[in-house]
Amino acid sequence: MTKKSAPAKKPEVAGYNARQAPINAKLGHDELIALYRDMVRIRRFEERCLRSYQQGKIGGFLHLYIGQESIAVGCVSVMGKHDHIITAYRDHGHALAVGMGMNEMMAENYGKYTGCSKGKGGSMHYFDPSRNFWGGHGIVGGQIPLGTGLAYALKYKGLKGAALAFMGDGAVNQGAVHESYNLAALMSLPVIFIIENNGYSMGTSQERSSAGPSLAQRAEGYGMNWDIIENGHDVLEVRDKVAAALKLAHEKSLPSVLEIRTYRYRGHSVADPDTTYRDKQEIEAYKATKDPLMVFQNSLLAEKVLTDDSIAKIDEAARAEAETSAQFAEASPFPSVEDIQKDVYWEADNPADRKSQGTLFFN
Amino acid sequence: MPVISYREALRHAMSEEIERDPNVVLMGEEVAQFNGAYKVSEGMLAKYGPQRIVDTPISEAGFIGMGVGAAMLGLRPVMELMFFSFYTVAFDQIFNNAANIRYMSGGLINCPIVLRGPANGGTNVGATHSHTPESIAAYHPGIKVVVPSNAYDAKGLMKSAIRDNDPVMFMENTILYGETMEVPDGEYLVPLGKANILRAGTDLSIIGHGRAIQMALKAADLLKEKHNINAEVVDLRSIRPLDEETILNSVKKTNRALYVEESKPFCSVGAMVAAIISDKAFDYLDAPVKRLTSIDSPAIYSMPLEKLQLPNVDRIYQAALETLK
Repeated sequence: MTKKSAPAKKPEVAGYNARQAPINAKLGHDELIALYRDMVRIRRFEERCLRSYQQGKIGGFLHLYIGQESIAVGCVSVMGKHDHIITAYRDHGHALAVGMGMNEMMAENYGKYTGCSKGKGGSMHYFDPSRNFWGGHGIVGGQIPLGTGLAYALKYKGLKGAALAFMGDGAVNQGAVHESYNLAALMSLPVIFIIENNGYSMGTSQERSSAGPSLAQRAEGYGMNWDIIENGHDVLEVRDKVAAALKLAHEKSLPSVLEIRTYRYRGHSVADPDTTYRDKQEIEAYKATKDPLMVFQNSLLAEKVLTDDSIAKIDEAARAEAETSAQFAEASPFPSVEDIQKDVYWEADNPADRKSQGTLFFN
Repeated sequence: MPVISYREALRHAMSEEIERDPNVVLMGEEVAQFNGAYKVSEGMLAKYGPQRIVDTPISEAGFIGMGVGAAMLGLRPVMELMFFSFYTVAFDQIFNNAANIRYMSGGLINCPIVLRGPANGGTNVGATHSHTPESIAAYHPGIKVVVPSNAYDAKGLMKSAIRDNDPVMFMENTILYGETMEVPDGEYLVPLGKANILRAGTDLSIIGHGRAIQMALKAADLLKEKHNINAEVVDLRSIRPLDEETILNSVKKTNRALYVEESKPFCSVGAMVAAIISDKAFDYLDAPVKRLTSIDSPAIYSMPLEKLQLPNVDRIYQAALETLK
């Protein structure tokens, strides 16, 4: 992490090899395979979600993470016990990476009572505070002040932890994001703002939406550390750079902005036909050379960590897990009409401990 | 019993809760070093230090959102809005995040935050600084709304609000900050959702909240003096939760109701209360429920006119007489 004054593109460190970085050099076969497996699980889950959406089982919006798997998996793999995470609505990858189950996630997408939010949040609003995962947020950039607040609480309580606050490249022009940058830098909060830059804020490319040489470089205006991870498709590079930012947060309580270059294969949401703002060649070119699963798979094959046989087994298991989750969701009950008014007020849900009086609901 | 101001009552409440619970922190613009724009937090930085009394930049969306995030992780932030009107700048953080987080997480998260500050007109600061958003706030399930009209309630309600596990919007009043009354030393709580009958009566129920209900007491004196009318005056204190029982019992006794408030008339708290009365006590009514609000326009700057735009003793007195026609 360095403070830089000029170019949008940070110079590559000569001879840098993410695999040789200390945090990755120590990884054993099982750990490497686990990283690969988690990425495969995200992709198969997303593909199964798409099918369910097309079958009319999932309502509203469905923002698929396909193409960006290396980021959620890489980031979460370097988090410690007191580190927390919050993201926007493209949240399935992060949820799986922190250890949420496909069943509760798919059931949430189906609007079922067995969903992680009892069918009250939907695809965009997953939560699991027991795994330090604070959503799943629908308004672009709206979660960034919350992530800053998580870091504030960690520092206040004297815990050696940090908050990883994820956003897309479309969020960087929201005022709440800039206000959060200022607060984090001003108060020295242990927060890492992670911009998953997939090049498009919905259907508007970066050059059509964001002024300035790079998104991360805006951190300089706040005297904050920043870095760009050019190879966001490389899970090991993501790990190395995010671990460095975490170290700064843990040891010096300093915030950072990380811009991770990535790409999404599907439209902004499934409702986006993806025909107006980029051509298919661009997508195919990325898939052919930078697909995060393929790139990691190839390097693990070369290292003989994976074999064709183990790759097939991992894939088969992930497909089966996703299929099971769809069956689980299908078989689960919807919430009841009574459930509509539960989980609104803590006091209403805990009547024995209620201190207030009077009417809370008006029908 | 000591006589203290509304401002001091708030300060005592926050101080007692800061001493009681290490997770309580007061945060906002000018609350610490400047001692509070309206001196509510005067002396608190010196007493409790910068960990507990925290100055923020002018950045409402940022710092209110930060407070919401900190509350999710177990802090009990008390966030001062220098003017409550500035809630508009933090609207998304309040109503999308604080209000919805429990629901969207299926009850996994709660958000014990207090947003407090003065929400009133009458000080010639124009439309941007004179919002009275209690009905807008109370419209949102997940949010609680409190509007104390006197020092005793300000203290007891503030202590309850800070201990509450749901987000509470606590609307104060700059004109009331200096008003004094007897307030007991030390610990007491006023529960949210419990209305207070300020004056018992038999001929008419004047129901309301905030500074307007204090004016209603004076109007009630005039009604008695000039017409021998005994008005009952009910201060709601809390908008959501709402003490329907006290409202309905009063109306069933007097058979006439006038709602007074500083808000604008459209979808105001009085509109909601009138709907509840017509729904649940229609047969007891001898006259339509009347409402007395600010005159329906943005808050006017001009000093003598703003006094006329807001509820005042004479307007309340006249409205009461019309209800009794």
